Amino acid sequence: MIARDVAMAEPEHSPAHAEPAAAAVSIAGPEIVTGAAAGPSIRMAIDDRWRQAAERVAVPLIALAASSVVFGVFLALVAQVDPLEVYGLMYQGAFGSWFSLQNTLVRAAPLILTALCTALPARLGLVVIGNEGALVAGGVAAASAGLLMHGAAPIAVQLVMAVAGMAVGGLWILAAGWLRHSRGVNETIASLLLTYIAIALMNHLVEGPLRDPQSLNKPSTAPIGEANMIGNLPGTDVHWGLALGVIFCIGTYVLMRHTTFGFAADMAGGNVRAARGMGLNVGRLVAVTCLLGGAAAGLAGMIEVAAVHGRANASLVAGYGYAGILVAFLARHHPLAIVPVAVLMGGISASNGLLQRRLDLPDATVLVLQGVIFVMILAGESLYGRIRLFQPRGA
Amino acid sequence: MLRNGSIGRRRLLQGTGAALAAGALPLHGVRAQKPLVIGFIYVGPRDDYGYNQAHAEAAAVIKKMAGVKVVEEEKVPETVAVEKSMESMINLDGATLLFPTSFGYFDPHMLRMAQKYPKLQFRHCGGLWTRDKHPANTGSYFGYIDECQYLNGVVAGHVSKTGKLGFIAAKPIPQVLRNINAFTLGARSANPKITTQVIFTGDWALPVKEAEATNSMVAQGVDVVTCHVDSPKVVVETAERAGIYACGYHANQAKLAPKGYLTGAEWNWEKVYTDFVAAMKAGSVPGNFVRGGLKEGFVKTSAFGPAVTEKARAQHEAVKTQMLGGNYVIFKGPLKDNKGNTVITAGTEYIQTEPTLEAMSYLIDGVLGATS
Repeated sequence: MIARDVAMAEPEHSPAHAEPAAAAVSIAGPEIVTGAAAGPSIRMAIDDRWRQAAERVAVPLIALAASSVVFGVFLALVAQVDPLEVYGLMYQGAFGSWFSLQNTLVRAAPLILTALCTALPARLGLVVIGNEGALVAGGVAAASAGLLMHGAAPIAVQLVMAVAGMAVGGLWILAAGWLRHSRGVNETIASLLLTYIAIALMNHLVEGPLRDPQSLNKPSTAPIGEANMIGNLPGTDVHWGLALGVIFCIGTYVLMRHTTFGFAADMAGGNVRAARGMGLNVGRLVAVTCLLGGAAAGLAGMIEVAAVHGRANASLVAGYGYAGILVAFLARHHPLAIVPVAVLMGGISASNGLLQRRLDLPDATVLVLQGVIFVMILAGESLYGRIRLFQPRGA
Repeated sequence: MLRNGSIGRRRLLQGTGAALAAGALPLHGVRAQKPLVIGFIYVGPRDDYGYNQAHAEAAAVIKKMAGVKVVEEEKVPETVAVEKSMESMINLDGATLLFPTSFGYFDPHMLRMAQKYPKLQFRHCGGLWTRDKHPANTGSYFGYIDECQYLNGVVAGHVSKTGKLGFIAAKPIPQVLRNINAFTLGARSANPKITTQVIFTGDWALPVKEAEATNSMVAQGVDVVTCHVDSPKVVVETAERAGIYACGYHANQAKLAPKGYLTGAEWNWEKVYTDFVAAMKAGSVPGNFVRGGLKEGFVKTSAFGPAVTEKARAQHEAVKTQMLGGNYVIFKGPLKDNKGNTVITAGTEYIQTEPTLEAMSYLIDGVLGATS
């Protein structure tokens, strides 16, 4: 699946599409490139790029539309409520007002970062699902660093916390990548099991050595202090985590799509033997992508501590890591697609409360919707290359 | 009952509704008189046979009161999600009294919302509200359920043939340790040689570990178990299947174990919530620091199961009568922990309101297990 993803995502690299453009140039030859010969071909090539881009947007939208139909039938038959009323409430709860929109964005913020933890190594063909562990480990590291820095200027404390969270989160996923590369251990299982270790370690630390004696019935580290908290984006109730997540996504996009490093990672993801044969240092590629992915999740942990809880405790284990896996797959591991998909997931989760309160639907309702969307998007993969409208016409 | 909070914010009901409810109410049509909207937030499912069900059952009672509208959300994690749930109830439903019921909702989430909405009332279950530290529009309520765990212990002590009791607990925190110790003290009042094996699962809802712990206790010869986890369902069902006895916790689990259910320690939040609603309707606000036990009606015991012996019943009822009269002391010296240190000196009696009991950090003599 990963290899296909690569091929489809970067059609301009494939020889089939490169050909017409080259042909156009050679035909144009000595003549000045004017409309007559080269124009239609170039325009066609550009059209083809647009068709490909449109396909990447349209297929998920078709899948979403199909999901809402299936979920609507489920609502009408099983839950016996009016699907249109449900969708109306969902819109109201997720995007219907400034408050709802902020509610959605604040829920999307951690998902953007945890999704990168799966999406980055996926470029190399690795399926990492240890996002939750990296988040928890990063959160505890960030809280500890914040406590060690006590008394320093808030910006310094925050920077050190971010670095500590990213470093430990990165090392956590690096461990899974190293096990894969050097010892042949399945990275999916390794990263999942590392999550349990991270959670157990966090529980041990906050209930033992790092416990604030004041935290009687909710064992936690000492608070990092109100002054050291990272605040909200100006004029909103949404913390800076959202902005950091978007910046991280853009940075990742540039790295993976516009540098030789990203190209090398795609090659290794497509065919690791060929990549080795060409002299690429696959170990280094694995290390860097795992480190960066883990750092994103670790940063999410730091933000949970520094923007939400003010301390590290068991509330870090809130399922953001697992939800991030879903987001990454739905975004087909594309760093820029992660943002809208995370907002969609945040919106579904934000509307959950309203459905419970107004229609007495159980909490599991939105989980059903998420499940339906997931299956539909995966099924939608089979549509790529089958809809005539989006196929290249160049050749 | 202790009620030393400040009472007297009378402009509460007038100020809040207009601006908040405008956008949300059209779906429900026009009302002649604005009802009191109360928001309940649960950390787990409403039908968990445990902690959340105990609150949801009380919410269902409040719902029937005239002029009251209850909005509920279940399975809300202890993160920014609970802040947004509260805010959504305030903004979209016009809630003016909020009950975020899980422990982790208190600090920082509920406190943050209380600061943001100083005209609304927030009451939290289980927190330790402190006058100078926490906003005046917040408060905490809790029940001395260790009294019922003591009574569980009395019955368990009489019924157990092996002299080995089991306690499946989530985390070694004061509220849990207090229950384990009270249960053991009750059992030892019936049979001084009895022991309680404790297993900490590490978290509030780990059904698989809870079942494993129960089975391992059965294998060790334990013949009565009880627990302090969010949902006692798995423990009680597993015990019934293994043919041993169980004492309930949080809510009534008799249905799950028709043969082996002895009695149980149940919350009676209905009493607390109806008091609070009455205060709001009278133009006042609920107390800030509210505590109560059997005497105040905050907790209750389940009806006896078929296996409870006459002797057990008699002692249970005698002690319960004393507790209802408010003159039974569970924690009194001399009391040693299970490492041999004296934790309460001879002659000292800690009545239920004693603050040191809310910071309990030891397991008493007779408990097999360690807090760390």
